[in-house]
Amino acid sequence: MEWLETFWATYSTLALSLGTNILLALSIYLTLACGLLTVANAAFMGIGAYTAAILTLNAHAPFALAILAGALLAAAAGLAIGRPTLRLSGVYLAMATLAFGEVVRILILNAEGLTGGALGLNGIPQLTGAFHVLCAVAASLYVLLRLAHSRFGRSLAAIRQDEIATELLGLNVRAYKLFCFVAGAGLAGLAGALNAHFTFFIGPNEFGFERAVEILAMGVLGGVSSPWGAALGAALITLLPELLRGLGHYRPLINGVILIVIILYSPNGIWALFQSAARRARATKGTSC
Amino acid sequence: MLKLASVSMHFGGLQVLENVNLDIPERGIFGLIGPNGAGKTTIFNLVTGLFAPSGGAIEFFGERLDGRPAHQIVRRGIARTFQNIRLFREMTVRENLLVAMSAETTGSIARALLPGPSRRHAEERQRGRADELLARVRLGEKSETPAGALSYGEQRRLELARALATDPKLLLLDEPAAGMNAGEKRELMSEIVKLEESGLNIMIIEHDMGFIMNLCREIAVLNFGRIIARGAPAEVRGNPEVIEAYLGRDE
Repeated sequence: MEWLETFWATYSTLALSLGTNILLALSIYLTLACGLLTVANAAFMGIGAYTAAILTLNAHAPFALAILAGALLAAAAGLAIGRPTLRLSGVYLAMATLAFGEVVRILILNAEGLTGGALGLNGIPQLTGAFHVLCAVAASLYVLLRLAHSRFGRSLAAIRQDEIATELLGLNVRAYKLFCFVAGAGLAGLAGALNAHFTFFIGPNEFGFERAVEILAMGVLGGVSSPWGAALGAALITLLPELLRGLGHYRPLINGVILIVIILYSPNGIWALFQSAARRARATKGTSC
Repeated sequence: MLKLASVSMHFGGLQVLENVNLDIPERGIFGLIGPNGAGKTTIFNLVTGLFAPSGGAIEFFGERLDGRPAHQIVRRGIARTFQNIRLFREMTVRENLLVAMSAETTGSIARALLPGPSRRHAEERQRGRADELLARVRLGEKSETPAGALSYGEQRRLELARALATDPKLLLLDEPAAGMNAGEKRELMSEIVKLEESGLNIMIIEHDMGFIMNLCREIAVLNFGRIIARGAPAEVRGNPEVIEAYLGRDE
């Protein structure tokens, strides 16, 4: 089993990043699934990361408590920002959540006493293990898959397709949206809290615009028709740069080209390709017997 | 049953409805006619809570509706169809109806996570009711078809069934016969009559005069945001102001 140990020593950070990225993709899946274009999830991740890290570093809080507090504070921030901004839609909502993300980043930058400012927080205890990440991913996937295949998921799909028609069938569209936004914020906070406890260091720029777009890309690339799509998108965005490592300087270029090609040929995400292939297979099976 | 008291509506400087008073009694089909842009659909939008009126009050069985969010108004028993069909095109025909039947958020998240016979039971019951409604509008064979793949007439019928799935006391139909041929219109008319006979209150906007004159017990005529006439079809048809609104004045 020596090879396994070597393998894990080399790739453990990548595996843990993959796990937290799946959580982030699922967090954006929740809002995309009801047609909301938000880019605040990097900020929620930051809130979770800083909350948990400050608790373990300064207050020596137990790990589980720190993680929970990170997720809850991010969800609370989601509730505070979601109530006023979810009246907006489309690009206006994207702008509002983008502005919120910047506010969070600048707050972290300026609250030096608590957050270390631009220098970030160093020496965060490495408490996150593969087991924690695996549990978080499995539990989130399970819950979201159950929701997606229930009446709740059907209602989200209805909201995504025609918000007004859904409201006029008696569904409280705002409540659905707010629930998804807050749950997504909590999930992003959880991802941030777990992430901070294996990267040793966090800084304000990790949770800025670039990260926000990366999270959005995972969700869109995978597709919003199923939580599996989000997980697949996260895997692709995390692993593609590693697989292309041999290309050296051309890596980001090829990376970008691959993403563009996928979006062009499957605008509903990669998961939609799998789904339509499965449907076709079922259909041919149905006609042959 | 439905009462509009001095309702007015303006969008910016544009006055769409001006001091509209309408008291619609229970039973019977009530028609709302008028030239394009007269404000008919705006009345539907106000009654269903899509917009809040700029002034006046709307009551349904004695309860104030204006100021309530749209989903609460639906749950009090008002359903509608749309002038331009608004189906969930990517869903199957049956799913379109099931969305209308899941109009409660509280508990639905917890229930979705817990397996159990009660949940399966509720789902089966809803599927059964959905299939009954689909059979009623002659879409029973198409329950698994994506709504976007239906023909125009079928889409109109599905929208009607979806509105009925919310279990309304009052059904608002916005130009239900638009784009239908004579045969389809006759079928639709007999379906609407059947609905009325089953105890449903119906209010209908329609441009086809033959259709509306045959169907309605009473008609109100709207022109430039004001009610200019109201009465039985024969009275309204002979009203000089109505004739002028539709045909213009002889110069």
